[in-house]
Amino acid sequence: MSLLIIIIATVLVNNFVLSYFLGICPFLGVSGKASSAIGMGFAVTFVMTLTAAITWLIKYKVLLPFHLPFLEYVSFILVIASLVQFVEMFLKKSVPGLYRALGIYLPLITTNCAILGMALLGSLRHYNFIENLVFGFGAGIGFTLALVIMAGIREELEFADVPKPLQGAGITLILAGLLALAFMGFSGMISGG
Amino acid sequence: MNTIAISLIGMGAIGLVMSLFLLIAYKKLRVQEDPRIDQIEEILPGANCGACGYPGCRQYAEAIIKENAPINLCTVGGAEVTAAIGKLLGIEAEAITPPVAVVMCQGDKSVAPRRANYHGASSCRIEHFTTNGDKLCTYGCLGLGDCVEACQFDAIYMGDNGLPVIIEEKCTGCGLCAEACPRDIIEMVSRDQKLFVLCKNKDRGALARKYCKVACIACGICVKNAPQGTMEMKDNLAIILDYKPLNDPEIGNLLQEKCPTNAIVYGE
Repeated sequence: MSLLIIIIATVLVNNFVLSYFLGICPFLGVSGKASSAIGMGFAVTFVMTLTAAITWLIKYKVLLPFHLPFLEYVSFILVIASLVQFVEMFLKKSVPGLYRALGIYLPLITTNCAILGMALLGSLRHYNFIENLVFGFGAGIGFTLALVIMAGIREELEFADVPKPLQGAGITLILAGLLALAFMGFSGMISGG
Repeated sequence: MNTIAISLIGMGAIGLVMSLFLLIAYKKLRVQEDPRIDQIEEILPGANCGACGYPGCRQYAEAIIKENAPINLCTVGGAEVTAAIGKLLGIEAEAITPPVAVVMCQGDKSVAPRRANYHGASSCRIEHFTTNGDKLCTYGCLGLGDCVEACQFDAIYMGDNGLPVIIEEKCTGCGLCAEACPRDIIEMVSRDQKLFVLCKNKDRGALARKYCKVACIACGICVKNAPQGTMEMKDNLAIILDYKPLNDPEIGNLLQEKCPTNAIVYGE
């Protein structure tokens, strides 16, 4: 399978947020402002790409040779937790503004199911190292895309006349549903992937 | 047995590598922070109420050091905290008088008839958004005490008449209660304001009168009697534009007397 197809498949067709419904928490939580949505998206992309690389190494260089495939979940969670810690330190040092804007959602990347989902899906599909890396990167970009689209719409929504019972969470969930419907249009563009 | 040993060693090794990696990253990326930030944070009351305009005490402490924020913004700690921070940093600043919360509704049980009995969750916010309240007046106090709960300083209690009472001496002016009120009945006002229009009802006069005996019925008598430009009618409600001239006892008492529904109150 060519790398391009993996990218298109993960970013559009099987978008992690809008088709697999993974990582909904930050999708709703950090999509209020486009600038912090982009920051969150790139933080997740970074963690995902690194996770994809390291989990592949762990699976094929440590777990399988020693016949320990059952440790997959535990070790992947360990890797993700450490990487998030690293990203947190890095952001606090170099982009303190973004660090403050992300707030609690930054450490919560640890428990973001999109990342563990990506690691496990990649492992299920038996990608080679490069493919797995591209898969992780694509998943992150797809997450960023969903977040940025959502943030863009929500910024416009500030000026919209939303019926009172739907204000806030209600209209946000409806929006998320509509976006997911729109992304369903991509399904069938690529089989598998 | 062998599998357990190998898996223990394997996980241990992975954990060790990861923690080493984090250790190195921590050494390289550690943020050196000004120790004064911690000291200021300790001086601040730690209520994290947000009255200073920053998310919490820590952020305010950072802003003082990094952005030269004024040191007199903490309404909770007041003059004491300002002085302590000033001593630490070697600067002086005048303490500000914090505002005080005022309940802009007098519609207690005896004057504001109910249209239904509410048997839901005991929260003004929930009652307001699910049923729009059990009173005929849809602008008045619901009396379930969201403000009492929001107050971190025990400065509000629920009076026997179903309206919250604010203990002015304890009120720090943080504005949490005003934020908690789903109907925006609580307003933060300057402590030297003496005249208030204690009503939020925007219905037309006849309706407002029917809904509540002490409602502002938008008759406009106060606007005619008040000095030019100090009061006006907006959305069937009298509003105070400039309270200072109205503090004058002569004007204040006159307006209070002239108000046919006693919605205007003058006093300390």
